[in-house]
Amino acid sequence: MSRRLPKGGRLIDRSKSLGFSFNGKEMRGYAGDTLASALLAEGQVLMGRSFKHHRPRGIVASGPEEPNALMGLGRDGTFEPNARATTTELFQGLEARSQNHWPSLENDFGAISSMLSRFLPSGFYYKTFLWPRAFWKHVYEPAIRLSAGLGKPPMRRDTDHYEHFNITIDVLVIGGGISGLAAASAAAESGADVLLVEQDPAWGGRAPVDGARIDGMSAEEWIGSTLQSLQSMPNVRMRTRTTGSGIHDHGYVLLHERLTDHAPEHSVPRHRLWKVRAGQVVAATGAIERPLSFAGNDRPGCMLASAVRDYVVNYGVAPGERTVILTNNDDAYRTALTLREAGLGVSAVLDTRQQATGPLAAAARDAGLNVRPGCGIAGIVGRNRVDGVQVCRQDSDGEVIDVIQADCVAMSGGWSPATHVWCHAGGKLSWNDEAAHFAPDPARPPTGVDGMAMMQVAGSASGAIHSGTALESAHAAGVLAGKALGESRGRKAGRAPAGEDEGHQPMEPVWLVPARAPYAKRAKSWLDFQNDVKVSDIELAAREGYESVEHAKRYTTLGMATDQGKLSNINGLAILSRELGAPIEEVGTTTFRPPYVPVTMGAIAGEARGELFQPVRKTPIHEWHEANGAHWEPVGHWRRPYAFPVQGESVHDAVKREVLATRSGVGLLDASTLGKLVVKGPDAARFLDMLYTNMMSTLKPGKCRYGLMCSENGFLVDDGVVARLDGDTWLCHTTSGGADRIHASMEEWLQTEWWDWKVYVANVTEQFAQIGVAGPRARDLLNELGPSMDLGREALSFMAWTDGALGNVPVRVFRISFSGELSFEIAAPAGQARALWDRLLEAGRPLGMTPYGTEALHVMRAEKGFIMIGDETDGTVTPQDLGLHWAISKRKDDFLGKRAQEREHMTDPLRWRLVGLETLDGSVLPDGAYATDEGVNANGQQKTQGRVTSTYYSPTLDRGIAMGLVERGPDRMGEILEFPVIDGEPVRARIVNPVFHDPDGEKQNA
Amino acid sequence: MGHYSALAVVREAFRDHRGWQRAWKSPEPRRRYDVVIVGAGGHGLATAYYLGKNHGIRNVAVLEKGWLGGGNTGRNTTIIRSNYLQDASAAIYEKARTLYETLSQDLNYNVMFSPRGVMMLAQTEHEVRGYRRTAHANALQGVETEFIGPGRVKELCPIIEVRGPRYPVLGALWQPRGGTARHDAVAWGYARKCSEMGMDVIQQCEVTGIRTSGGDVSGVVTTRGDIDCGKLGIVVAGHSGHLADMAGFRLPIESVALQALVSEPIKPCMDVVVMANTVHGYMSQSDKGEMVIGGGADGFNNYTQRGSFSHIEETVRALVETFPMISRLKMLRQWGGIVDMTGDRSPILSGTPVGNLFVNCGWGTGGFKAIPGSGWGFAELMAKGESPLCAEFGLDRFREGRFIDESVAAGVAH
Amino acid sequence: MLILTCPYCGIRCDETELAAGGEAHLKRFGPGSSDEEFEGYLFMRANPKGVHFERWRHAYGCGKWFHAARNTATLEVYGTYPAQVHEPPQEVLDAISTRVPGWRWKDVS
Repeated sequence: MSRRLPKGGRLIDRSKSLGFSFNGKEMRGYAGDTLASALLAEGQVLMGRSFKHHRPRGIVASGPEEPNALMGLGRDGTFEPNARATTTELFQGLEARSQNHWPSLENDFGAISSMLSRFLPSGFYYKTFLWPRAFWKHVYEPAIRLSAGLGKPPMRRDTDHYEHFNITIDVLVIGGGISGLAAASAAAESGADVLLVEQDPAWGGRAPVDGARIDGMSAEEWIGSTLQSLQSMPNVRMRTRTTGSGIHDHGYVLLHERLTDHAPEHSVPRHRLWKVRAGQVVAATGAIERPLSFAGNDRPGCMLASAVRDYVVNYGVAPGERTVILTNNDDAYRTALTLREAGLGVSAVLDTRQQATGPLAAAARDAGLNVRPGCGIAGIVGRNRVDGVQVCRQDSDGEVIDVIQADCVAMSGGWSPATHVWCHAGGKLSWNDEAAHFAPDPARPPTGVDGMAMMQVAGSASGAIHSGTALESAHAAGVLAGKALGESRGRKAGRAPAGEDEGHQPMEPVWLVPARAPYAKRAKSWLDFQNDVKVSDIELAAREGYESVEHAKRYTTLGMATDQGKLSNINGLAILSRELGAPIEEVGTTTFRPPYVPVTMGAIAGEARGELFQPVRKTPIHEWHEANGAHWEPVGHWRRPYAFPVQGESVHDAVKREVLATRSGVGLLDASTLGKLVVKGPDAARFLDMLYTNMMSTLKPGKCRYGLMCSENGFLVDDGVVARLDGDTWLCHTTSGGADRIHASMEEWLQTEWWDWKVYVANVTEQFAQIGVAGPRARDLLNELGPSMDLGREALSFMAWTDGALGNVPVRVFRISFSGELSFEIAAPAGQARALWDRLLEAGRPLGMTPYGTEALHVMRAEKGFIMIGDETDGTVTPQDLGLHWAISKRKDDFLGKRAQEREHMTDPLRWRLVGLETLDGSVLPDGAYATDEGVNANGQQKTQGRVTSTYYSPTLDRGIAMGLVERGPDRMGEILEFPVIDGEPVRARIVNPVFHDPDGEKQNA
Repeated sequence: MGHYSALAVVREAFRDHRGWQRAWKSPEPRRRYDVVIVGAGGHGLATAYYLGKNHGIRNVAVLEKGWLGGGNTGRNTTIIRSNYLQDASAAIYEKARTLYETLSQDLNYNVMFSPRGVMMLAQTEHEVRGYRRTAHANALQGVETEFIGPGRVKELCPIIEVRGPRYPVLGALWQPRGGTARHDAVAWGYARKCSEMGMDVIQQCEVTGIRTSGGDVSGVVTTRGDIDCGKLGIVVAGHSGHLADMAGFRLPIESVALQALVSEPIKPCMDVVVMANTVHGYMSQSDKGEMVIGGGADGFNNYTQRGSFSHIEETVRALVETFPMISRLKMLRQWGGIVDMTGDRSPILSGTPVGNLFVNCGWGTGGFKAIPGSGWGFAELMAKGESPLCAEFGLDRFREGRFIDESVAAGVAH
Repeated sequence: MLILTCPYCGIRCDETELAAGGEAHLKRFGPGSSDEEFEGYLFMRANPKGVHFERWRHAYGCGKWFHAARNTATLEVYGTYPAQVHEPPQEVLDAISTRVPGWRWKDVS
């Protein structure tokens, strides 16, 4: 049965009919409809099931506060669960499915929990499922999880994309109702750059529906002319479909803009997250109507009074043919009059106040409506929807005095300002007794970087519920926001728009209908529709001592649903305060947290997906690696070749081949990720003496020295070869992962501790590539390229460097070795490095030259007993632990870490120290294995006396080799340790010297 | 207070649930207690509970400036695990995990401990080595963990993208007996039991001063009057430095904001807890269906319980890469708590320069999982002056250089 | 999400451009200092709930270190100044005193 009215619907275009489906059923609506209005128009009352009791539910609201009508939208890569039908714009082909039911929306097995609801009060799960213990994991929790959740999880990869915008603006106005428009106008007229955003697709908010008159015009006319004037101002930007999502400190605001949810055929980003830095924020976020708590108020057909007239006026849809109004204030009379005007039936206006004397009540009476003051609702007739209303006196325990036929109840418990964004960054609220709501307290605003208010509040969001005062407040807020930027703009805002108020009778707060409703009714009076929290639940929480508002919320789950309590919070608070006998302002509110409306994760992630998620740093030779089958390893933001397996070869075999080829011939390594820091200046020597444990000031130009860096806490943090380039210039090599960190640390010391020292540091890591050429034939290879300098054994001795050209590429050659072989590291300008690499490959072919990866590098260094930062060190290891005493200067008064290394525990003779480990059976020790000691400690844990830090299969020795840290290790050579293996026999290994290969260093000195 | 059981719930259902009594009393503070604990969060309440249960000390007050469980106990991502590398950490977290297994029965309050399993993804070779090391250490510490390959990871958590693209999953450290619990219930259950033992849990009672006499603590000044005590325990995460200041000593502590967020609830699709440290994010699904997500802490001191959105963004970005299906879910709520960070990111359970005054603080981002073990050990320390569980967590370790550094095995202390 | 003005660039930096560096005006203790002094230098922190002096680096900008006087409870920033000083400049101290009556600078080292 169609509920579409023959005329009306200011937001729909009846010339554009759109097809959509709901639970597989084909339906039609109009352009401009929301999914909610289109479903209502198609006569669909039942829209979903509640979370806990699977109660049948219909639409309650017309905006983002909707708790019930949540849908699964789309399919596959565009499937979205938990979408609110009330804010989903209709488009051709939209697919919607209701949620949380089985087997169907109409016949839901889960609804059995509703029949058992008396046994399932708030927090019942804390009191039950206790025995038998194993049942929680295996029976109870799986059963509870079966009923958990609302929508289905998306199972496919999101096919949409998202983006971020950054903007700095003088004044951000959140909310494009009449107050937002007035505030934006005032701020813009003052000269401020203004961004005005509105969550709905249309400007103007509620005023056109409520029939306000402004400056002698209808709201619609005034909005039109104001929009026109704003659009003509160059300092104003405007966006619809954009929600003020979260206000963060120092004027940082997130806006969530939906670009294609209503038009999925467009290929632009689906959503856009705006990151705004606003000088001032104006919250013109409006107010949200409160439901009333009466028995059966969750039946499909019970709606907010404002939503009922929204559907009639905006979409030309009749929520009901015969509506009963229940109200404690004048506003709901507007709904009665609207329905009447649309030719729909109004069975009665039940006004909980003893008298209905306002002008709107009078107008209702004049229109012939049945206004019944002092009345409330005792109960609802009908199971899956409203069929009738049982009327009672408000001041009673619910004795039914009348039953009225009705298919819709339009309820209004008054209005609560939408204060969320005010509170996000610390704004405080105060209770207004007369209007019975919390409103922003202008004396306690959220403050900005200067400690001053960073936010103004405009219109009904400020508590000015009626349009006249709302506009005044909005204009004032806009002026203030403009002013806060300083008088420099020298412009003045125009006058405030004048709203016309028809006058009103004060509302009277009503938190329970009827006032003395007995338990049976209170247990059926819903507060939080989605989470099934009833008046009786809050009462129970209070009775059991969950008196703090946070306790009550968490115990009952009030306000924790996807609407975050937009409808339920104040009503719940009022019940709690009644139960505690404490005023509402003392009970206080729970904390308002962002976002105002749930924000898509994809929008938060933004563009940084796939390739753009932490983009890979590439060396100049990266492409060659890629083309030659590199097996990659992530190292910091780099990706380095772990090995180069050739056709059909395993990674392990490749590593073995690379090691043997290097040891017997010559190997080539891309070492470009190595950190390269130039340190220069008159005080550079002094500076490096502080940074390194070694003495760097005595290093001769032309020479290199292996250096260690410790943290001020005494632990080894980086190592590398330092070359002195000239009298006051050093080149410090760092680990691949350490370059940025060490550079930053150098700057930190220079800027914050030794700021009068004359030293400059430059990070040239990416300016130069570095190529390692290692192996007995390394020199032969380089000589093939016609070096401009002498690379002979004497001319370029071990630990020396020289400049020159190699194959016409300008290079600096360091004679240093991390493999233990004759080895040269060649630094070349990044732009020419690939050419040099190619030439080396070509010249090396006759020599059997083999490119090798990081694993061969690691194996070879381990064979030589060289430590690796991150393997032998882990942030708790000192150079002394590693037997590197020779690299710690005894002649220096001070260096970073020296004082720390004097502390008690650092000089403990029982510290674990570096040794080599050789398994008795030649096997490879497991990575990270621990050597056990006898007995257990005070906590019953097996005692240990050492651990493996590096362990490899050594192709050179054809057996397992390892390094480890062992208690008093170097003093225990030859002893055998036992390393338990998970799911296996313990491995026994002998403590040996960590240098397994060429202990005399003859090869590297060749 | 009445025993909780399914039977009791049914019985009450037939009298409109009128018979339920207060979960905890709301007493006026007395003039003197043997022991006063400042802070009615999980750690403080657990300390009181084990003082009574294990050491027979029941003349105890727990003072709380706000509402009990209102600090980090009610703001965390509820993960429980004990796969720590260092012996001292593994001991106290494993003690806690073991106690969690029977906590619901001990307290007669269902804290919904769900041993669904926790995995920490290894996404670099360095992490692989670090977690293998942890698995070896755990085996000797009596903590059941194992290093599993990417295939098993995918089997346990089908929604993970194991192939990368940026950081392929190379394996994971898997603790099958790790899991989650209902955080509020832990505080409420302990409070109820403390109250039942005759202890006073006093909310809305802020400590504004600490009194000493002859180098020993003698009492506290509160917004509800002076209270004398024999021993004082300070258990106020986030505000420990502030309280220490009142007693005239300093702590190696900095307070920073840590944030978390939840998505809207969806039907169960993730049965385990996953932590991805390379990209900084962790996620699990609550029994209600929300995806519970946490990430990194701010780098600066902050007492506002609001953190920087850049961390939320970083975390969500990382998790959308790791779990592509969450892209179209919506963030429902984000929040922050104030955590206190020590110099080595491990907690302090220790005596202090003031006699009979003890501190339990510095749990950083990882306190919830430790609550029962922390309470157990700290109660023993307060009662006897020493506790094996607390021995390594003394204040003097910072002077001696005897750190307990968990970051060493690519781990983080969430 | 803080904004701090870099005293070198004069730019109001978004927090994401900055790296936080902990408490400012700490005195370094090296060899020869007592265990207590050294412990204090490395680990003990003022960590005040209120006015705080801290170090920041304009890491994704000019690269310079600077100091900020900031309130850790309200996040109000009283001023920023170059890091090459041993105590806050007078105008920053004055700015704090104006906003926080009765507040006094005390040496935190």
